[in-house]
Amino acid sequence: MTGTTLYDKIWEAHLVEADADGNSLLYIDRHLVHEVTSPQAFEGLRMAGRTPRAPHKTLAVADHNIPTTNRAGGLAAIDDPESKLQIETLEKNCAAFGIDYLPMDDIRQGIVHVAGPEQGFTLPGLTIVCGDSHTSTHGAFGALAHGIGTSEVEHVLATQTLIQGKAKNFRINVVGDAQSPEMAHVTAKDIALAIIGEIGTAGGTGYVLEYAGEAIEALSMEGRMTLCNMSIEAGARAGLVAPDEKTFAFLKDRPRVPKGADWEQAVAYWQTLKSDDDAVFDKEITINAADLPPLVTWGTSPQDVIAVDGQVPDPSVIADEGRRKATERALDYMGLSAGTPMQEVSIDRVFIGSCTNSRIEDLRAAAAIAKTGKVAASVNAMVVPGSGLVKQQAEEEGLDKIFIEAGFDWREPGCSMCLAMNADKLAPGERCASTSNRNFEGRQGRGGRTHLVSPEMAAAAALAGHFVDIRDLKAEQ
Amino acid sequence: MEKFDKLTGIAAPLDIINVDTDMIIPKQFLKTIQRSGLGKNLFDEMRYTLDGDEIEDFVLNQPAYRSAEILVAGDNFGCGSSREHAPWALLDFGIRCVIAPSFADIFYNNCFKNGILPIVLPQQDVDKLMEDAQRGANATVSIDLDSQTIKGPDGGEISFQVDAFRKQCLMEGLDDIGLTLQKAALIDEYEAGLDDQPWR
Ligand code: SF4
Repeated sequence: MTGTTLYDKIWEAHLVEADADGNSLLYIDRHLVHEVTSPQAFEGLRMAGRTPRAPHKTLAVADHNIPTTNRAGGLAAIDDPESKLQIETLEKNCAAFGIDYLPMDDIRQGIVHVAGPEQGFTLPGLTIVCGDSHTSTHGAFGALAHGIGTSEVEHVLATQTLIQGKAKNFRINVVGDAQSPEMAHVTAKDIALAIIGEIGTAGGTGYVLEYAGEAIEALSMEGRMTLCNMSIEAGARAGLVAPDEKTFAFLKDRPRVPKGADWEQAVAYWQTLKSDDDAVFDKEITINAADLPPLVTWGTSPQDVIAVDGQVPDPSVIADEGRRKATERALDYMGLSAGTPMQEVSIDRVFIGSCTNSRIEDLRAAAAIAKTGKVAASVNAMVVPGSGLVKQQAEEEGLDKIFIEAGFDWREPGCSMCLAMNADKLAPGERCASTSNRNFEGRQGRGGRTHLVSPEMAAAAALAGHFVDIRDLKAEQ
Repeated sequence: MEKFDKLTGIAAPLDIINVDTDMIIPKQFLKTIQRSGLGKNLFDEMRYTLDGDEIEDFVLNQPAYRSAEILVAGDNFGCGSSREHAPWALLDFGIRCVIAPSFADIFYNNCFKNGILPIVLPQQDVDKLMEDAQRGANATVSIDLDSQTIKGPDGGEISFQVDAFRKQCLMEGLDDIGLTLQKAALIDEYEAGLDDQPWR
């Protein structure tokens, strides 16, 4: 018998009922809930006279729609009546159904995928779902975590299970010695963008990705979260990194993590969570991280990736008609012309935040650049920490002062301009260097133009007013 | 959920690849706490100018396609977020079937939960239907879920694959939750086995 993969193992351990036709019933250990994709699910429960099966396995927090300024006034101070109603509805639903809720004014409030791991709600080997596609983030801990729709949110609330077909296994090996000078500028974001650039936004469709190799092992937990977060941009259902000592160190003593003998028992089990040496993957690729330049997107799909020292691509040389049309459309939307060096592209806005890059390590990396200068006069730059705890930590380290002195806006935690549901958005035509995960048309505001980059590249662009090669900057330092 | 067995209707061509959920229903419309009423904002940013006027060129604004019930689109339809508002908006507009060479995972799932049939076809079949759809109101397409066939306006037949369980749910308008709750004993049994792993 051949070995099994990490995904196979977690899958097997959660089967309530196996179904050969691909409609197995999978047990769900943890369910994260936020204000935007849950109201209709709770309403559905109510209409059917149902109650949550295991409310203590659910954790709720408002993040998508929450303002990032003036939070002292609480719910009452939210200007937008629809946002307010949505957050109010979440509070009421949690109270009515006995679900733990991290309130707006609680230090633990934050983006659901930042707050969950912080609280130790995310643990290796679990199944974790949330009505949000970036649930893949939690795969960094070796948990099978993915996004679901609102009907499935209701299904999980009512049954603590999900009807699922098994995905295929896809291993992405990332090699490259993290200690080597070639890797000094390579961030988890660059690795994620490189992978999506390589396999495309549908390259992972039908698969669960497992990230492996020395460059992955070298990543911090924050970096692994950044990487797994973007698995969905490659179309994958989930991304996984096998848990290791770093994982356990990150988790130890967090609020919802097992303690004492339970902890010992859990770690012993978690140590078994890895793909067998003879496991067979349906697909496998290898990427050399040491070859990677700092990356930036030029178009309206996360696969539209290019080296920062490269040029805007030329659609006329693309043979495939669909691709060519998509490229023309993207360049038109982005207001870019073929052949323009990326470093000559000037920007109006900078957004440092989102569940991809709003953790303490991201803010440290951005601050290290921010302290070398001032935000260009033509640029409006903001930093939105991923959670109240990240914000507090950053303030203890004085990062807030660095950002403010450099001319960045220092905000309250939330999704903010990652999806621009609240007041934080781009005006039509504005160009933004963003540490978020999606550069779709209109994502950060109608007509807004998004370029995805790492936190340090975003900070560097804020100071220069255009994209800069972080390698040059580091060489000067 | 409304049943789906047969559908004969106008097919609208949307010849774009990677149609993402932000295009289908932009986030400003996700503030609702209801499922209904999203149809008027389906493809909002492609459909209306900033002042709210209709953009004539956009397919669903053209007289021939205003009552389209089928959408024919490019590869990787529905990529992006998990928002079920995307199928809700399609449904509220009147679209019951989307045909494309491939779909993003979560969107594909979400369709079935809302009585929408997503059909995956090889590129050349989609190309043919795209051409048919470009002929406007004179060209209706018929879909028969039971026999898993699509009939184009010229009478040509294309067959398609669909998962048997999902097909049954669609055809009978079955509620997944009700079906799973019938398996409560199995879930109880599974949960009883969790005592070995107190952290779960
Ligand atoms: S930060 Fe962006 S991607 Fe992450 S959960 Fe919020 S809206 Fe979704």
